[in-house]
Amino acid sequence: MSVLQRLLRSPEGAIGLAILCLLAATAMSAGAFFPRDPLSIVGPALVPPFSDMAFPLGTDRLGRDVLAELVHGSRASLMVGIAAAAVALVVGALVGTLAGFAGGLIDEALMRIVDAFQVVPAFLLALAFVSVAGASLPVVVLAIALGAWTAPARLARAEVLSIRERDYVAAARVIGMRPLEIALREVLPNALAPVLALSSVIVASSVLIEAALSFLGLSDPNIVTWGSMIAEGRNVLRSAPFLSIVPGIALMLTVLGVYLFSEGLGQALAGRKART
Amino acid sequence: MRRAFLLVRRRAISSIPVLLIVIVGAFLLLEAAPGDAVDAYLLSIGGGDPALVQSLRESYGLDQSVAARLWLYVTALLHLDLGWSVIFGRPVLDIILERLPNTLWLMGSATALAFGLGSLLGIVAGARPGSSADRTLSIGSLALYAVPNFWLGLVLSVVFAVQLRWFPTSGIETIASGKQGLARAFDIAWHLVLPVASLAFVYLALFLRMMRAGMAEAWRQDYVLAARAKGLARRRIVLRHVARNALLPLVTMLGLQAATMLGGSVVIENVFAIPGFGRLAQEAVAGRDAPLLTGIIVVSAVLVVLVNLLVDIAYALLDPRVGASDAAA
Amino acid sequence: MTPLLARISGLSVSYRADRDAAPALDGIDLDIVAGERLAIIGESGSGKSTLALAVAGLLPRSAVVDGRIDWPAYGKAPLPGRDYGFVFQDAGASLNPVLTVGEQIAEVAERHLGVGWFEAFGRARELLERVRIPDPDAALGAYPHQLSGGQRQRVCIAAAICARPKLLIADEPTSALDMVVQAEIVSLLDELVREDGMTLLFITHDIALASGFADRIAVFHKARLVEAGSTFDTLAHPAQPYTASLIANHIDLDTPPLVSAGPA
Repeated sequence: MSVLQRLLRSPEGAIGLAILCLLAATAMSAGAFFPRDPLSIVGPALVPPFSDMAFPLGTDRLGRDVLAELVHGSRASLMVGIAAAAVALVVGALVGTLAGFAGGLIDEALMRIVDAFQVVPAFLLALAFVSVAGASLPVVVLAIALGAWTAPARLARAEVLSIRERDYVAAARVIGMRPLEIALREVLPNALAPVLALSSVIVASSVLIEAALSFLGLSDPNIVTWGSMIAEGRNVLRSAPFLSIVPGIALMLTVLGVYLFSEGLGQALAGRKART
Repeated sequence: MRRAFLLVRRRAISSIPVLLIVIVGAFLLLEAAPGDAVDAYLLSIGGGDPALVQSLRESYGLDQSVAARLWLYVTALLHLDLGWSVIFGRPVLDIILERLPNTLWLMGSATALAFGLGSLLGIVAGARPGSSADRTLSIGSLALYAVPNFWLGLVLSVVFAVQLRWFPTSGIETIASGKQGLARAFDIAWHLVLPVASLAFVYLALFLRMMRAGMAEAWRQDYVLAARAKGLARRRIVLRHVARNALLPLVTMLGLQAATMLGGSVVIENVFAIPGFGRLAQEAVAGRDAPLLTGIIVVSAVLVVLVNLLVDIAYALLDPRVGASDAAA
Repeated sequence: MTPLLARISGLSVSYRADRDAAPALDGIDLDIVAGERLAIIGESGSGKSTLALAVAGLLPRSAVVDGRIDWPAYGKAPLPGRDYGFVFQDAGASLNPVLTVGEQIAEVAERHLGVGWFEAFGRARELLERVRIPDPDAALGAYPHQLSGGQRQRVCIAAAICARPKLLIADEPTSALDMVVQAEIVSLLDELVREDGMTLLFITHDIALASGFADRIAVFHKARLVEAGSTFDTLAHPAQPYTASLIANHIDLDTPPLVSAGPA
């Protein structure tokens, strides 16, 4: 039975995958269904949801279509979440591999730097970085990655330390491969699997940090994000709470989908391991 | 106790270079930000003539090389001088110390709630793996774990503060109420209920899930079979043998979560308008107050290191195996 | 006629996890006579440990059990800790690493002897002395990792006999230990059983060890009882070729034989 079949057999995995597919489809088709800029004003302000079929989820206090904003907002969430996790994983895996493979003073120095990044709250770090570099999508991605690369770095280092003692690395050394070559071609690929397993957790926390940053107004003002929608709705929280509640539910479903997917994937992989 | 002391001393020594790296990072952040300490000071006092600027720069050592400035920054920090805040026009440390207690109350209560209730519910779930209570709690905690804390804060305040009017919507205490002593403590506690709940729930779910997983693991251990062979009461087996061992990784997690919780307090304090450390960070960002922001980062790193030392002590007290080799050496 | 402690009839056990696999025990009939020392001998995988767990009622929930065990001496299923004590193979794993040795003995006394914690610790101290732990007062407050392997097994024995059970089940109590300590533990068990008049169910793979102090031997092979009889008769006149080959080879059964013992 393949991993995918096992994944679909567990309820967590199936639901998680369904949520993520739906989300990806939404993000990709946003332009097709709502070609207009989601930030443009299209109707009367504060139309309640389910009252006007032209605006199924109503409008915000400037008369913008909430559904269009929501659909476009999925792009920012997914893009930032995945990009930040990718940067964090690549940087973390490289640093961890280098530290584990070099050993000695380099290892010590790199791990102290990892420690330093871990004692500073990731959210404060992101906040500081965005405030110095200015709020734009790439900056937000880097700011989130800044606080997320340490866990993969630690894991990659631990993996490398256990792998470098194995036979095929010794064999590579015997045939005269250079240390860096061994690190990148023999050790890194083998250390990657457990590091990748971390990716879903990092994607989920990146989505949440992005939302929190844009909730505080630290995101590109020309892009709709769920966090900024919640912040915008907050101004009319007493009269129209749905404006904040709807994007929050989307956010929660996204993160839940990632967790369910990773839980199902973990079970599927464990099942495969148990069989062999 | 000697074991715990030796362990903590070793950890404390090893965290010195870590804090130094944080300080260098903070210095680089300060350098990257536009303006310097003199600009900050002048902004706060409303400007000054070029001669004053020049003499101030010299007295602060700002006309020297980067290395020399870094040295000045580090030595100033060692004398607890964190610089001058632009937006408040006061020393950074004074402002931080003023705001810190509110955040410590918030974080401390949230940690206590999350850890206490989370581990308790984890015991309920893990006492009978696979039972209906276990399944309900597992699914519920996963859903709770996915909720963004600031959004939860908004929802809670809509329901409990705006609709039901059970709790205040914002602030840390009733302004100008003139309350003293116990009445004031109750007032603050009443204001903290919603923020603490919003901050704690995510961690509650995390601790619940860890406790449950740890108990599932502990049930498979030989010493639990041995406890059953001793005919002990189920209650004692669950609490003393299974839960006692499952608690250990939670304590470690407590240290790891200190940093994320401090980050989470930024948004929660924003939502509930609590004049705390996290809200201060946001004010520093909004006011482009680089000295204040770097000061906040350095203090938060020190705070996280201190929390981790406390966690190390707690862990050493809970697990007799930890640091045994230190004590023997 | 000596009274019967337990009668095992038609006992079969299989584990649900591997349904296709052979059962762990297959149609076992065996009596345990009060006051005897009965040695269960077999290779690993012969089902001897499953028998110990089945007698103790400690089989995992996934086990499928057929047949019955009657307890004429108790009139009901025995109470763990009170009616029997159980000593496991790996004392290191069967002691809780974060609880003191004293607590892990005293909890048995507190549960079964109807005494408070203070008296229970007194009983624990008494027992530590009895199993000959040096400096019992210090040992009361010690943690398992601070003791040697042999001392840990002594602690487990102390906990097992704490509530003065009539039956002591020892599942390979010495195979994790080195030879010298092994002999000490066996002589300690021998002495305790003699003094307290306990019945001993001793599970081992070592026929030489069993022959040294068992009254009766039951030989297990591939989930079945091959033969059972008095130690002298079984060793002198084995009825089954498998037993004969065991004695002839006098092998440590955990090391696989170089040549197969013939068609089974």
